[in-house]
Amino acid sequence: MNIAEQFDDAPQQEQAATFGMWIFLATELMFFGPLLFGYSYARSHFPEGVAAASRHTEVMLGTLNTAVLLTSSLLMAIAVQACKADAVRLARGMLLLVAALGFVFLAIKGAEYRHEWREHLFPGAGFAFADARHAPAAEIFYFLYFALTGLHALHLTIGIVMVLAFAAGLLRGGRSFASAERVEVAGLYWHFVDVIWIFLYPILYLVGRSG
Amino acid sequence: MHARVTEQAGGDYLSDGYSLRSWLTTRDHKRIAWLYLVSITAFFFVGGAAATLIRIELATPQGDLVSSDTYNRLFTAHGVIMVWLFLIPSIPSALGNFLMPMMIGARDLAFPRLNLASWYFYLCGGIFTLAALIAGGVDTGWTFYTPFSTMFSNSHVILAITGVFIVGFSSILTGLNFIVTVHTMRAPGMTWFRLPLFVWANYATSVILVLATPVLAMTLLLLAAERLLHVGIFDPALGGDPLLFQHLFWFYSHPAVYIMVLPAMGVASEIIPCFARKHVFGYRFMAYAILGIATIGFLVWGHHMFVSGQSVYASMVFSILSFLVAIPSAIKVFNWTATLYKGRITFSAPMLYALGFVGLFTIGGLTGLVLASLALDVHLTDTYFVIAHFHYIMVGGSVMAYFGGLHFWWPKMTGRMYPEMWGRAAAVLIFFGFNLTFFPQYLLGYGGMPRRYHSYPPEFQVLNILSSAGAAILAAGYLLPLGYLLWSLFYGKRAGPNPWHATGLEWQTASPPPRRNFEATPTVTREAYMYDPVTGRESPQ
Repeated sequence: MNIAEQFDDAPQQEQAATFGMWIFLATELMFFGPLLFGYSYARSHFPEGVAAASRHTEVMLGTLNTAVLLTSSLLMAIAVQACKADAVRLARGMLLLVAALGFVFLAIKGAEYRHEWREHLFPGAGFAFADARHAPAAEIFYFLYFALTGLHALHLTIGIVMVLAFAAGLLRGGRSFASAERVEVAGLYWHFVDVIWIFLYPILYLVGRSG
Repeated sequence: MHARVTEQAGGDYLSDGYSLRSWLTTRDHKRIAWLYLVSITAFFFVGGAAATLIRIELATPQGDLVSSDTYNRLFTAHGVIMVWLFLIPSIPSALGNFLMPMMIGARDLAFPRLNLASWYFYLCGGIFTLAALIAGGVDTGWTFYTPFSTMFSNSHVILAITGVFIVGFSSILTGLNFIVTVHTMRAPGMTWFRLPLFVWANYATSVILVLATPVLAMTLLLLAAERLLHVGIFDPALGGDPLLFQHLFWFYSHPAVYIMVLPAMGVASEIIPCFARKHVFGYRFMAYAILGIATIGFLVWGHHMFVSGQSVYASMVFSILSFLVAIPSAIKVFNWTATLYKGRITFSAPMLYALGFVGLFTIGGLTGLVLASLALDVHLTDTYFVIAHFHYIMVGGSVMAYFGGLHFWWPKMTGRMYPEMWGRAAAVLIFFGFNLTFFPQYLLGYGGMPRRYHSYPPEFQVLNILSSAGAAILAAGYLLPLGYLLWSLFYGKRAGPNPWHATGLEWQTASPPPRRNFEATPTVTREAYMYDPVTGRESPQ
């Protein structure tokens, strides 16, 4: 554990690092904010259209992805605890599994995108929706769908890179790079990406399927 | 990582390495403050040049200097540069970076590398924005309203919003850094209610920065998606709603004016007690008022949209909420006034700026109430009354305080004194020039002269000439400090650690400060601003 020169001791540095990550996550939440606000705007203006478009999403794949991501979060929590307890091998294995599940999520998401692209559900010039009455609203829904899930996938990719970097750090036995404090901060980020998905899943996949 | 540097005598932060590289790779908050100071000064004069051209154009009723299209690009350039590249980073990033850690007795900010990164983000965004200008400019106005900006404008919107987007990251990182620093890096004994009000103000500003800026970032991304891919949610032709853009935009950009004025209030709260030799009146209320302004500032964005077509009920609510901002603002103005009461006042250059700030901020704020009134705003919106109002707040408020703070802490930052008489002359000149520039604009606006037109009916010419003449005086007033402050770097008297006999931790160390700010971590045993007006010194208790 090396302490940067501006800090007095390890607890102070740890507090600053964790608190900084929490604030960063707050900014991230605000970053998603306009899209969620736009979503509520669209849904209050075109309730039937949004419901009809939501019924077109791949609910099975979305559910599977939710399960994958929730599992990865559990493993991430184990990895953080393992780092704190100096169980390097366990921590490394868990981090690799977390990254693998992240890749699985992205692969499933990619398959979904491919399917939607072929169905002409990508907003823009080629957009086609079966129910012509709801086409404009569906186009807005799909714009938001791609923006939200795309932004989420981008965050997940950054998370995977981070997790792999720490796994590699643990592989070389470099506890100075992959310190427990840093892995914990990375864990916070991973859980945040997870929480965002927990909100996206119902508003995108389940809205049109109730009632 | 450096090994810990032991301070040798006379080793201040300026002699910590003289090469350009040592400056561009520094992680010292004081040097980063200088990087910001130099770059925002450059942008200030670019934005000022655009303003000068606007005022020359408006000296005559006909549009004879520039075409209407060029005029659009001029006021957009002026707005974008002054708001995003000067006002928002001015006090927090330059003065705040230098002083915040010193005021709380810390060795540096919590994340020094992030701090340097924020300056590079700022520079990168600034270069993008300048590139948009050089390529031919933007004609949308600084607000980038859709659908004009997404469907109709033929100017470099994407380049400009890319610049603003990147500068936003600089804001977010600076805000994050400040919040974490105040929470975790305070010296022993530095409790929340012993913090200088400048720190409180920067803290509240940072909260606004981290919560509001990401919203703007995403809004600009959506705008770019709509402009480039013709998909989106703002354009009615795509089933979207332009009002949605305005809501999202002003959700950031109204709090943004509090980002500009809260630090200015913090500066005034440092200067006024020092030159009145009195404890600031109602310290706790000053701190709470800062937080109150920051909070209410998030709830009033709709007052920019009274005539946009939003529901009348929404407008009424926003109108009432806008009136509420006056309460904490008035607390601050009255408390500054009460601080002056029976004080031992010295009219030094920083004090002149601070007093100018209080007066001009009051006028600007009161006309804000006029504009917050729904019925009056229908008449006054998009006229020069609005221009005058926000220039009184942003220029008469923020820029005044920024110059005041620059003079107040100049001895601390450089170790040199500026020539006092020149400083006072510039302060008076700026105050006079400013009022001559913008007071006529209230009258013009009330008479109905619309904003953003490059020509106007001849009956408005007298007031416009007054305004343009004032702008010339204002320009001279801004150029003066550039001259004598640079002169003082080489020929100014040595300042010593505490030329103003001010309280506050930043004055307890050498000028310029050592690399790690303090010889030993200070311990705080008393409140801030313990001045004694009878003796004129710091009070013993």
